[in-house]
Amino acid sequence: MKAGIVVFPGTNRERDMAIALRVVTGREPVMIWHAETDLPDLDLVVLPGGFSYGDYLRCGAMAAHAPIMAPIRRFAEAGGHILGVCNGFQILTEAGLLPGALLRNGALRFLSQDCHLRVERSDTPFTRRWNAGDVFRAPLAHGDGNYIADDATIRDLEDSGRIAFRYARPDGRVDEGDRQTNPNGSVKAIAGVLSANLRICGMMPHPEDLVDPLMGGEDGKPLFEGLVEALVR
Amino acid sequence: MSSATGQKPVDEALAREFGLTAEEYGNVLSIMGRAPSLTELGIFSVMWSEHCSYKSSRVWLRTLPTTAPWVIHGPGENAGVVDIGQGLAAIFKMESHNHPSFIEPYQGAATGVGGILRDVFTMGARPVANLNALRFGSPENPQTRRIVDGVVRGIGGYGNCVGVPTVGGEINFHPAYDGNPLVNAMTVGIARQDRIFLSAAAGIGNPVVYVGSKTGRDGIHGATMSSSEFDEDALAKRPTVQVGDPFVEKLLIEACLELMATDAIVAIQDMGAAGLTSSSVEMAGKGGVGIDLDLDAVPQRERGMTAYEMMLSESQERMLIVVHPDRTELARAIFEKWELDFAIIGHLTDTGHIVVRHQGRVEADIPLDPLADQAPLYRRPTAPSPAPAPLGPITDPVGIEQALVRLIGCPDLASRAWVWNQYDSTVGGQTVKRPGAADAAIVKVEGTSLGLALTTDCTPRYCRADARQGGAQAVAEAWRNIVATGARPLAVTDNLNFGSPEKPEVMGQFVAAIEGMGEACRALDFPVVSGNVSLYNETRAPDGSSVSILPTPAIGGLGVLDDVNRAIGLAMPAEGTLVLVGATRGELGQSLWLREIHGREDGAPPTIDLAAERRNGDFVRQQIEAGRVLACHDVSDGGILVALAEMAMVGEAGCILSAPQSGMRPEAFWFGEDQSRYVVAVRDAEAFTLAASSAGVETRVLGQVGGDGLTLPSGATISKARMKAVNSAFFPALMDD
Repeated sequence: MKAGIVVFPGTNRERDMAIALRVVTGREPVMIWHAETDLPDLDLVVLPGGFSYGDYLRCGAMAAHAPIMAPIRRFAEAGGHILGVCNGFQILTEAGLLPGALLRNGALRFLSQDCHLRVERSDTPFTRRWNAGDVFRAPLAHGDGNYIADDATIRDLEDSGRIAFRYARPDGRVDEGDRQTNPNGSVKAIAGVLSANLRICGMMPHPEDLVDPLMGGEDGKPLFEGLVEALVR
Repeated sequence: MSSATGQKPVDEALAREFGLTAEEYGNVLSIMGRAPSLTELGIFSVMWSEHCSYKSSRVWLRTLPTTAPWVIHGPGENAGVVDIGQGLAAIFKMESHNHPSFIEPYQGAATGVGGILRDVFTMGARPVANLNALRFGSPENPQTRRIVDGVVRGIGGYGNCVGVPTVGGEINFHPAYDGNPLVNAMTVGIARQDRIFLSAAAGIGNPVVYVGSKTGRDGIHGATMSSSEFDEDALAKRPTVQVGDPFVEKLLIEACLELMATDAIVAIQDMGAAGLTSSSVEMAGKGGVGIDLDLDAVPQRERGMTAYEMMLSESQERMLIVVHPDRTELARAIFEKWELDFAIIGHLTDTGHIVVRHQGRVEADIPLDPLADQAPLYRRPTAPSPAPAPLGPITDPVGIEQALVRLIGCPDLASRAWVWNQYDSTVGGQTVKRPGAADAAIVKVEGTSLGLALTTDCTPRYCRADARQGGAQAVAEAWRNIVATGARPLAVTDNLNFGSPEKPEVMGQFVAAIEGMGEACRALDFPVVSGNVSLYNETRAPDGSSVSILPTPAIGGLGVLDDVNRAIGLAMPAEGTLVLVGATRGELGQSLWLREIHGREDGAPPTIDLAAERRNGDFVRQQIEAGRVLACHDVSDGGILVALAEMAMVGEAGCILSAPQSGMRPEAFWFGEDQSRYVVAVRDAEAFTLAASSAGVETRVLGQVGGDGLTLPSGATISKARMKAVNSAFFPALMDD
């Protein structure tokens, strides 16, 4: 699997993402500078976490208009696979490649803690290593992860099975109103969503930071292993 | 200040306003042979401020041990550098931002983080961890909540955005910090030993390059402000506080590291306190060269800035670089790629002077040698503090169970999760032990087997009672926290926060604390490689008197694990035997038990036997290295029972405790704060205690791992759920979250 990681000014989790991709693919991902106007030949484009352009406007709003986003749109239209994590998810929603938006956390504070995610479906390149209903742990670290969309969009996402992950208790129970379980207050406890063709996934927590037992576990590894399985040519 | 002072005559009265004494101004006149210009007076006043010149502390700082075979650069550079093996170096320093954090907590704390990050990456290191040491006023003080909120948001806001994990720290509350909180920020970075960059300028004619943010009018005279006491008008000094931009800092880190991978740099220094003045004066001074600056070339954020304002601005996220002339365009291209300002603002000369030109006029022309050599140096009068009266007989009014519950809920021991959870502790993907998981944070050195063990420590109430013991204890506790993870302690950075040096009793505390620190550093082979002094931490009481903070020599400790997989934490394992390492006499003087149960802050602090400290610690580390220890936690605030509760709260199990040591009151055994002790969980207690006794180390079996809480010898059990509820209540209640 040939993976590329997009680096915007202010991106700061590109190294974490590179480590995770290296662990599962055994090869070095390509770093792609935001000012590029072409993508190299890739199986997967990753928009990693950080504070692109300082997030001084809405998170991800500036990056969504960076030169690199034009070839990324073309890549998406051609059926390419894209993973956006944290700021990457925010950028994907700002770019209109995924529905919804991410508001300031409900508690109005930056949150850095482990959360548990319930896998909502297993038949996607991002989730195929899990079964639907499986729960895994992932660190989250963001100030604006409170997912929101209008009722019709949420209904559509639910009806078409485009919710990838929800915040849950370790036993898999989802409780939207519970701040322990759904720390940023996301509507329907949504932590990650998919595009209509199931080839673009955005999520707030960081599976890439949990791929090594030394760092506390390998809970995030199946996501990357699944991508390798699905995308290896 | 600018336009008003611009019209005032430059004389002794203005010099006094700038913080110089009459004698110091006399020296300026004799160095210059004439009255200085406004810009020149500004340069002298900031360079000779307490903050930049260390004029009250220098004679004492020289007494600290600063060398060891593994020390590459000690004090004198932007940060300390130690050899961690495999051709790599750890570069680290701690620095205070106390005064700005009272005036404007968010920006004060944020720019504190930004400043210390620059001190580290300016030497060629990628920053890999941030820590902090925070002291706030009484929780009952209505100001405290505002300051805690702003400081925590500021540290998080800056560190999270630049993408450097904040992995550890400490927090105390005490009324002595009511009008003067302490914000000490520490950064640790990693560099190749053959790619370390220093600040001494060289090469006559070489260009002097300015990179980073534009210069504005913020922070003018910040260094001077930090060198005087607060008065009632402290909040009117807001304009002296700088404003941080972590996004630009992130770009600056990446651009500088990219430039450092080339051969373009001769010397580099960040513009910290006293901005362009101190960076240019220090770089040229260290290199024994002169420097000409053309301020018209300085990137400016505002129109009409004067030379005085540009030289004294403390605008953030700026660096000064001397580059090889034939690499100027290469350097320019890198900074343009990162969309940062890049300007050649001068060159090195052989005049030995700093010459500042602006709009066709020479605004300053100062000989550098006397500016540095004739900087004031004071051996200020000291007065000894009275020795604390020993604690008399004392009763236990509440019993062990009640006391434990009160202690783990008190402000100094309550869970800090509310704070940590606002700091990104995992970015970088190398955090092995996050905050609260071990006595020191453990960060893996990417691409190697090495791990860094990092901690910040100080017990100010001990320092107030006996500054010498307190100074030694702060060093010993940092050493112990590193040992408890299995790491080899290497060196410390210190951040000496004290009151006014013009008060003999404060100078007495300062000198005694340094003596104690020095003793401990020598006994533990734990030299000081960098540091910072913050004096004049005083606030005005309503009656007009000046109140000093508790003496707070905060220590930032660094250790290394050759095999990071061997690091252990403090979480109670599923099974094992709990053994106490180190002798217990039941010292309750200055203990948290005494304060929280009796409301008393008296008695002598626990004594430290540095030979025993070394012996116990070396033994514990060897046992961890040999894989014989499942978990380890040092015994500090609150004593043995608090240490056990902390292990249980984050662990898989509780513990069932045996009877305390005989011949001692139970509360003295369980809550005494005797030093040099560890609680370990081991599989084979017999082998462990046997090995200890042959090493001359005292041990005592405390009980067995098991159950779901702390089961006291009486049979009473305090459940983990109850402990956690009590322990986690304080911060949310204080902050109304």
